[in-house]
Amino acid sequence: ELAHSYVSDKFFLLLISYFCTFRNAVLEFECNKLGHSIPAARKTGTTICGVVFKDGIVLGADTRATEGMIVADKNCSKIHYISPNIYCCGAGTAADTEMTTQIISSNLELHSLSTGRLPRVATANRMLKQMLFRYQGHIGAALVLGGVDCNGPHLYSIYPHGSTDKLPYVTMGSGSLAAMAVFEDRYEQNMEEEDAKRLVRDAIAAGIFNDLGSGSNIDLCVITKGKVDYLRPHDMANKKGVRTGDYKYKRGTTGVLAKAVTKLDLEVVEETVQTMDTS
Amino acid sequence: MNTRGLRSQLKDSVPVTGLGTQIGAYGVQDTLRSGFSSVKNELLPSHALELSEKNFQLNQDKMNFSTLRNIQGLHAPLKLQMEYRAARQIQRLPFLQSSHLALDTLKGNDESISFEDILNDPAQSEMMGEPHIMVEYKLGLM
Repeated sequence: ELAHSYVSDKFFLLLISYFCTFRNAVLEFECNKLGHSIPAARKTGTTICGVVFKDGIVLGADTRATEGMIVADKNCSKIHYISPNIYCCGAGTAADTEMTTQIISSNLELHSLSTGRLPRVATANRMLKQMLFRYQGHIGAALVLGGVDCNGPHLYSIYPHGSTDKLPYVTMGSGSLAAMAVFEDRYEQNMEEEDAKRLVRDAIAAGIFNDLGSGSNIDLCVITKGKVDYLRPHDMANKKGVRTGDYKYKRGTTGVLAKAVTKLDLEVVEETVQTMDTS
Repeated sequence: MNTRGLRSQLKDSVPVTGLGTQIGAYGVQDTLRSGFSSVKNELLPSHALELSEKNFQLNQDKMNFSTLRNIQGLHAPLKLQMEYRAARQIQRLPFLQSSHLALDTLKGNDESISFEDILNDPAQSEMMGEPHIMVEYKLGLM
């Protein structure tokens, strides 16, 4: 149990305390030598994607979080808030994406208070890539960053080792190939909002139905100048079915011939009160 | 094992204070606080990023100062380092937590949050040094 609690910390963050990490690495090594493997980190085997349309950005994500071969969370939220005009989808290790986006969100808020302006997507992108490069890919966070600032809509994809791409449409995660296939087929420049939402919904659905690591619902986030629509869930593609049959017998299946009621006389023999120790 | 190339990876090739084994009671390594001891752990880093993270702030400062020297001349890093040294002296007694506000403002850390602010915050550590001994050590009387 001790090994489990320490190594799950290790998956999240390296230098919690300098001495703790040595111990984690040593424990992992010893564990592997004995033939046991450490528990798998909870990943978001995921489909996330984003597209630039005429007035802004549409970000989409599925909602399944997996722990190895088990679904850990059927409805997790993968679109994280960075600033009022910038949102970020995260794939990879769930804790890494969560904490990374929260730290960058805090830093961006401090930065925007200091400059007095609405933060830019390029700033968030640079902060994220510098942090991920510093940790050399050990922070397993693959992100799709999108937002609208004073220069228009911007969409970036950020890989765990710190490389970024600025593109009109991006997909990440284990279902990224399925989603990218949909994008490559139907993407056009300067789409309308409804078309863009439909395209992202179809791309995420392709990821959900063709990839085991993605599933459940489709979340969308539409960012335009001055307005953010966080649609969660936008589409419940995988509703759990309702049972059509029932093996329980209804009342009256067996006919009642006669009924006799006997009251049992129970008398109170002893009554004790035990006070709780609330000191 | 080719030992020649390993020289640069040894932990003691880069001087950072605060490293080394923690001596607990009875002069032996404090296993509870600082983990298992082994010769391999003393010499080689146990994680790929250990050395790079320990020296991150030092390396950043070195890089920034040398860029500043190339752009603005020697006086710029000298002045800055003088200010850092002055700000570093504004502290409480050694066993109390000082906020390092002046130093943080100079370095620009007052406008950013990182992992060292969230995790292992020294202000919330459960151990405190023995006050008399720490003050005597600081004053050089020990």
